[in-house]
Amino acid sequence: MTVERHIEHSSPMHQFVIGRLNDWQLGGFDISFSKAAAFMFGAVIVATLFLVLTTSRRAMVPGRWQSVSELWYEFIADMIKETIGSEGRKYFPFVFSLFSFIVICNLLGMLPYSYTVTSHIAVTITLALSVFALTTFIGITRHGTHFLSFFVPKGVPLVMLFLVVPIEVLSYFMRPISHSVRLFANMTAGHTMLKVFGGFVVQMGIFGVLPFALIVALTGLEVAIAVLQAYVFTILTCLYLNDAIHLEH
Amino acid sequence: MPQFWMEDFAPQMVWLVISFIALYLLMARVALPRVADVLETRHGRIADDLDQAAQLKAQAETVIGEYEAALAKARAEAQATIAQAGVEAGVAAEKRNAEVAGILAAEAAAAAGRIGDAKTEALAEMRGVASELAQAAAERLIDAQVPKADADQAVDDAMRNNGSGGR
Repeated sequence: MTVERHIEHSSPMHQFVIGRLNDWQLGGFDISFSKAAAFMFGAVIVATLFLVLTTSRRAMVPGRWQSVSELWYEFIADMIKETIGSEGRKYFPFVFSLFSFIVICNLLGMLPYSYTVTSHIAVTITLALSVFALTTFIGITRHGTHFLSFFVPKGVPLVMLFLVVPIEVLSYFMRPISHSVRLFANMTAGHTMLKVFGGFVVQMGIFGVLPFALIVALTGLEVAIAVLQAYVFTILTCLYLNDAIHLEH
Repeated sequence: MPQFWMEDFAPQMVWLVISFIALYLLMARVALPRVADVLETRHGRIADDLDQAAQLKAQAETVIGEYEAALAKARAEAQATIAQAGVEAGVAAEKRNAEVAGILAAEAAAAAGRIGDAKTEALAEMRGVASELAQAAAERLIDAQVPKADADQAVDDAMRNNGSGGR
């Protein structure tokens, strides 16, 4: 199934075209390898190599790079401890992998000529749906039918429940949408904006220094957003896990 | 927007699932245990160091206690020695005072004896001189020979009469 698509190379949207490096099919599934897949594996390799190489000396007094790995580890460990508590320890590798994957994909996307995996809704919705499925599964296995009480807030008059419960159910099922769109929209908007201003630099000739200066500032902002959005995605995952484990509002 | 090209969804999702599972396994099996190991070793080491420091502190406090006890003992001994020396010095001083007082008393007694002798001698001489003077005075004034015994008697009387006030 090949649909011919075309986007001008000069368009700010051209950077989001994935393309295909081959045309693999498996049991009717399109599993073509693309630059998106390459950057996903790139993130896996960067995360693994960074953590393994920086801890290779196992220094008692950590150097700069080892400190980064330790801070990275303790940042997620503390996040889980604060939002979920000791029961969250089990999910530490998952949450850590999630944060690492997103933050490295986001930051790799800031390199010139690279590609941002997380700027595609297909990726963020897959991650968000995984979190949604995991938290719902945990909630049901831990609490059984009692899990449904999550949709019934305490201390609400019976009449109001007819209104509140559908809202609660709806908001619960909206979670993966808001969870994924937030990351996707931030990444897409940031990169589009940089590309648009990049176009201005070319078009404005000598006056292009103005949008160029703006791009420098925006690049700094985008790096901050790359880390912040990874953090937001991760802490929301922790909060959803906490809801599933403790059934608290 | 290329993000909504549905034909790209499936391959991205497939590779995302594969790469994320790979990442999860690498993190859970390889990377995270390493970092945890480093951190635990450090925390263990720090705990050990703290234990050792506490032990050394206890030791130091024992040593300080012993030192202070020794110091207090030495101070007490010094105080006792000083007190004893004071007592001994007092005894010696009293003894010396007594000796000096004895010597002085003896000398004073001897001096008093010498003074008494001299006085007796002087009185005796004065009696002889007074008696001779009385004899000579009587011979010159009334041209009478007064016997020496009478003169002596008269001098003795006079001396006895003036004795109480004239002395």
